[in-house]
Amino acid sequence: MKVEQISIFLENKSGRLAEVTGLLAKNNINIRALSLADTSDFGILRLIVNDTEKAKAVLKEQGFTVGKTEVVAIEVPDRPGGLAGILKTLGEKGINVEYMYAFVQSSGEHAIIIFRFDDIDSAIDALQSAGVRILRGEELYKI
Amino acid sequence: MIWNEEYETMPREALEAIQLKRLQHVVERVYATVEPYRKKMQQAGVRPEDIKRLDDLRRLPFTTKDDLRDNYPFGLFTVPLERVVRVHASSGTTGKPTVVGYTKRDIDTWAELMARTLACAGVHRGDVVHNAYGYGLFTGGLGFHYGAERLGATVIPISGGNTKRQIMIMKDFGSTVLTCTPSYALNIADVMKQEGIDPSDLKIRVGVFGAEPWSENMREEIERKLGIDAIDIYGLSEIIGPGVSVECIEQKRGLHIFEDHFIPEIINPETGEVLPPGETGELVFTTLTKEAFPVIRYRTRDITRLITEPCTCGRTLYRMEKIKGRTDDMLIIRGVNVFPSQIEHVLMSIEEVEPHYQIIIDKEGALDVMEVQVEVSEEIFSDEIKVLERLAKRIEQELKETLAVSCRVKLVEPRSIQRSEGKAKRVIDKRKS
Repeated sequence: MKVEQISIFLENKSGRLAEVTGLLAKNNINIRALSLADTSDFGILRLIVNDTEKAKAVLKEQGFTVGKTEVVAIEVPDRPGGLAGILKTLGEKGINVEYMYAFVQSSGEHAIIIFRFDDIDSAIDALQSAGVRILRGEELYKI
Repeated sequence: MIWNEEYETMPREALEAIQLKRLQHVVERVYATVEPYRKKMQQAGVRPEDIKRLDDLRRLPFTTKDDLRDNYPFGLFTVPLERVVRVHASSGTTGKPTVVGYTKRDIDTWAELMARTLACAGVHRGDVVHNAYGYGLFTGGLGFHYGAERLGATVIPISGGNTKRQIMIMKDFGSTVLTCTPSYALNIADVMKQEGIDPSDLKIRVGVFGAEPWSENMREEIERKLGIDAIDIYGLSEIIGPGVSVECIEQKRGLHIFEDHFIPEIINPETGEVLPPGETGELVFTTLTKEAFPVIRYRTRDITRLITEPCTCGRTLYRMEKIKGRTDDMLIIRGVNVFPSQIEHVLMSIEEVEPHYQIIIDKEGALDVMEVQVEVSEEIFSDEIKVLERLAKRIEQELKETLAVSCRVKLVEPRSIQRSEGKAKRVIDKRKS
């Protein structure tokens, strides 16, 4: 039910993002989903890739600070109100979203949303009992 | 053990009476025999007979390394060269070395002070002292050598270099005491590990380390790796060499100064004003008993504070804290003195932070601004912005509390701070351009 995400510490310097993506390309690693959070000084790049361990290793080798976290990926109908209902459910159960990001699948029928929760297990329970489809890691890595 | 009970445990009043008598004597002598001292005193409008109380010391002009350089090589000696039985010189990293001389009695005084030093560090008659300080113009080797002999220990005058051979000799000769620089002690520990030698196969019990500044963390590392007590010793050739102050093995907290021979003062390095006891500033020494090369109010450029509280070891001698830094490293941020070592200390106390940092000072308008860049290691990294921002804030707050001046903390990628020869350039002062 959980999906592995890697995060990379980046200083706000031009070309850093290109270096990361270039490095992944060179090692034949595919990026499935991506988000970048930033402050005026630094950014945190979060990635879901097809080979987490390999990506982590090649980035570390190049001196990047890399972390690994577990997140939850869910499928949301790609129509108005699709997300709102889910967030409402989470809010009612008192579950905090640390951050989230979304992308639309190529079929166009569903959006996929990646959630980072404080308490991932209760979040999964809540989502499941609300009938939300949660993607398994393998499904996502293979997209 | 206390080597010289009489002087080392003397009541303060009696000690200060001796200090005054000796001070008056040395001031008279330099005034009469050394022209540069006389000239400086005349310019300051002070005569030897003006020294009536110990406090009058502050009326005398300072002596600096430049004075020594200007009178190179023997210009500040108070006796003709025939009476000088030995000279030493400090390595002059810039320009000429600093030359110091000793009469026969000075050598004797020095041996006494080094015997006291070693005894204070827990060394005694019957110990085998492996002396890996360099022998030569540097005062370390011969200073320890004479002191260990005076104490009645067996000296191995091995000097520096060839670490594998040193370890073999320590093992075969049953050395019980190691004397060298702290960094060389760590080097010995590393080579022992490489060679598969267990430190417990050696009899080394205590190490007396000095000649370079070292931190409490380094002490802990040496003690752990070699399984010994590591004692800090302080001295500089301009004062006498090693033998100015030393930690006692009982406390390892502050270095007892042999005040019957040297008067310490702590001054504000900017204004030269004498600071009240306990405040941190530049350490200044006046020698009381040296014959060939006495110095009056010599500015060591080392930063520390005096501890006047009595020590459990029984010595009444004041202590100085481990050297905090050099005035040369001191930064003045909006009028506040800041040392890189203080920043390092704060970072190390925030457990997760790797002490890879750089200090960048600049001006914003008329105001000094200090930025401390801290490398983000895997241990402190988080995928959440707020966690990292909270960490940066916490470092900022703790730095502000310690330094009494605010700074900005910027988190940077590992290895983005330039390293040279393993030693990082810690400070970039953009104001000086």
